[in-house]
Amino acid sequence: MNPIPHIQIQLVSDPTYLCGVREMVASIARRLGFDDMDCSKISLAIDEALCNVIRHGYNKAFDRPIWVGITPMPPEGESPGGIIIVIEDEAKRVDPGKVVGRKLDDIKPGGLGVHIIREVMDEVRYEPRERVGMRLVMSKRVVREQEPPRLRDHLPGFIRTKDTTPNRV
Amino acid sequence: MMVGGEKSVMADNEGFIQMRDEGGGIVVITPTADVDMSRSPELRTAIQQAMGRNINKLIVNLDEVGYMDSSGLATLVEAMRTAKASNTQLVLTAMHPKVRAIFDIARLDSFFTIIDTVEQAI
Repeated sequence: MNPIPHIQIQLVSDPTYLCGVREMVASIARRLGFDDMDCSKISLAIDEALCNVIRHGYNKAFDRPIWVGITPMPPEGESPGGIIIVIEDEAKRVDPGKVVGRKLDDIKPGGLGVHIIREVMDEVRYEPRERVGMRLVMSKRVVREQEPPRLRDHLPGFIRTKDTTPNRV
Repeated sequence: MMVGGEKSVMADNEGFIQMRDEGGGIVVITPTADVDMSRSPELRTAIQQAMGRNINKLIVNLDEVGYMDSSGLATLVEAMRTAKASNTQLVLTAMHPKVRAIFDIARLDSFFTIIDTVEQAI
């Protein structure tokens, strides 16, 4: 079951707006504890996913809807928290098993998007939406050394070890 | 955008691409913003125009590019293929670490000649 997004935006499939989505995703990833390089890579993965929707799903039609949802991932056992990003569209459905990148040793322009997404994110899952279109679910956890202590205060299910609430006068 | 016989600076209509003729068959192209799906066609056009001038060396200065996606990468791969076919040397310079990361992910870092500064590349 996919998480209910804490943030969801809808945009049209116009490459002009990719920069705005990248900025948003990178900003949120930074607040969730990712370092600058990982924030950049995560926004790259989202950019590539959106480009694939525009280019292959919508055949470069620039007026179709795309939804981007973001949910923080709580810590789980020894694993630190992270980010879940869901991209949905109303494009033609494809067999998820056929969404593959090209071989890297076959150097030619294009075909790198799927490889980049899988390389950057920990988990990547393509699936058909219930009625129409496709859904891409991606997640990535923070490398432990990057996780700031304050992240714990914002995630559900985490037990505080110290009450930092200021005293009321 | 035109490439003349002496040093000159040219820019496209929106100023995203600056092209500088260094003389001696050397041209420097400088994208002045992030290279993504919306802008890589302009970079591709600029590279094609420069290559069409029978130059010896094309330097793509990435100093002002803080972000590049796979469409930019594809543009540069295509440029490298064209350069090899036409005996032109293609050099990338001043690549930021975050841009370098995509070359590493795609394992294309060894496919290109990457040099620290434009001056060194000239």
